[in-house]
Amino acid sequence: MNNLIGKPQTAAVALALGKDPHGSSWLGLIGAALCVIWLLVAIFGPWLAPHPVGEVVSDNVFDSLSAAYPLGTDYLGRDMLSRILVGARFTVGLALVAAVLSSGLGTACALLSVVSPKWLDELISRLMDAFISIPSKMLALIMVSAFGSSVTLLVCAAVLSYTPGAFRIARSMAVNIEALEYVQVARTRGERRLYIACVEILPNMLNPVLADLGLRFGFIVLLLSGMSFLGLGVQPPDADLGSLVRENIGGLTQGAPAIVLPALAIGTLTVGVNLFIDRLSSRRNRRTGGH
Amino acid sequence: MNSNTLWLIGRRLGAAVVTLLIVSMVVFAITAVLPGDAAQQSLGQFATPEQVAALRVKMGLDQPGVLRYLHWLMSLLSGDMGTSVSNAVPVTELMAGRVPNTLMLATATALVSVPVALVLGIGSAMGRGGRLDGFMSFFTLMMVAVPEFLVATLAVLIFAVNLGWLSALSYSSEITSPWQFMRTYALPVMTLCCVIVAQMARMTRAAVIDQLDSPYVEMARLKGVSRVRVVLRHALPNAIGPIANAIALSLSYLLGGVVIVETIFNYPGIASLMVDAVTNRDMALVQACTMLFCAAYLTLVLIADLCAILSNPRLRNQ
Repeated sequence: MNNLIGKPQTAAVALALGKDPHGSSWLGLIGAALCVIWLLVAIFGPWLAPHPVGEVVSDNVFDSLSAAYPLGTDYLGRDMLSRILVGARFTVGLALVAAVLSSGLGTACALLSVVSPKWLDELISRLMDAFISIPSKMLALIMVSAFGSSVTLLVCAAVLSYTPGAFRIARSMAVNIEALEYVQVARTRGERRLYIACVEILPNMLNPVLADLGLRFGFIVLLLSGMSFLGLGVQPPDADLGSLVRENIGGLTQGAPAIVLPALAIGTLTVGVNLFIDRLSSRRNRRTGGH
Repeated sequence: MNSNTLWLIGRRLGAAVVTLLIVSMVVFAITAVLPGDAAQQSLGQFATPEQVAALRVKMGLDQPGVLRYLHWLMSLLSGDMGTSVSNAVPVTELMAGRVPNTLMLATATALVSVPVALVLGIGSAMGRGGRLDGFMSFFTLMMVAVPEFLVATLAVLIFAVNLGWLSALSYSSEITSPWQFMRTYALPVMTLCCVIVAQMARMTRAAVIDQLDSPYVEMARLKGVSRVRVVLRHALPNAIGPIANAIALSLSYLLGGVVIVETIFNYPGIASLMVDAVTNRDMALVQACTMLFCAAYLTLVLIADLCAILSNPRLRNQ
């Protein structure tokens, strides 16, 4: 397949990386602040939670915001603030693991295919192309239907569907770097392939790879919370932010904060990541004089 | 149109067929070969080894995976997709009832989103760096980033709960008047549009700007042609290919969005059928739905690529 943009996320990566760099520094700051806040919540959230996650603390279900329960209560009368603080750890933690794994795996495969013989490069690229043509939600759905839903399986599904995109981006960068003089010099010097891949090529593509990792993290958050929202993600009694939206869907007609707040929480997390990455990549573009 | 273009198109079509084949292998491998033994699963853990062996032979599970794949592929191609275990109805029958609903939703979304996205995209390309452009780039970034169910829940809260204009649930069977059609489809279509319009407008803007930066547009401008005329008469005809490409690619986002939207609005379409099938682990139905979605996705990407090939004058007139 010759299409440059084979999957939604790759398209968005290209869009985000090629964005105009003019005046959005305060948006970038907001994005960075949101990222830091959610990271802190993921690390310390469970200790900050005022009530035990599973405990029914109020007689009023779908309660609105009050002094005793700052974010209201859920469909059983549990404290929403505690549930969101704990749920965020699942959402951020799982997505972070999956994003790091898929970016790492994609970059490793890209480096391997650039320094390997032609046939291995072809083989890896074709295999990745096949996986890129299955929409990520479809892949996650069939994997859940076959193996049942578990935390490990969700991470596997996310890694499997987001590695090809990371591979494509990393490979296109690695191919360009591989053609540069200093790599040719290293090759003529008789350096080993592993050395060329890790010492000559990798350090020079690290920044874009990290930016791509951030965007991938955002997409994986969306995928995992989407799956949880369908009831096929993180299973009770554990709950990530997507499951919180699902279990409180009954409060929709009352406009309960219990359904709006977790959804907003996911939104602020992903928007924050995107704004931050957008800022980083546009600053890099400006520095290198491009676009 | 010459032999060179035909060759390119032929090669692209061939690649699409091969990709679909590989996708079918992956789907089959995940759903049928890897996860344990369907015979053991359906008999439960108290079955005797003889019973399991007998059922395995009956279900054809004793054959090697490759043979089973070929058999499955053949029956898929001949239109027999097996029987849904949880409903005891042929899969094709179940799907036939749902496909029109989803197509209806997709068509309505496309009809709304394409014109809106084109106007927004071209508008922000014309006023590049201006207020509309700045707002658009922020809005599209937000829309790409937020989950569909946030848009959907906020829309239901505002329009159905607070304002009471629309119904929160969709039932496509009770439609008698255009007004009713509007009321039932407004929320799902609006939610799907939000995400798609953002993508499409962004790509359209990029395509138009690409043309506006080219020397012939500068020439037209120096000649004193008005701004609107430059865009409509000079830049747009050349941007049609990339824009068509952008539209097809953005529409492929529908496939992910429709899963969430059909579930949240209780819409009886093919995606909610698939989610139910996954919940009940109804494998035949899951396989059929997945193949349908993947085929639709590949078709849209294929159309996008064909638009790119056909609109590239260098390829067309070589």
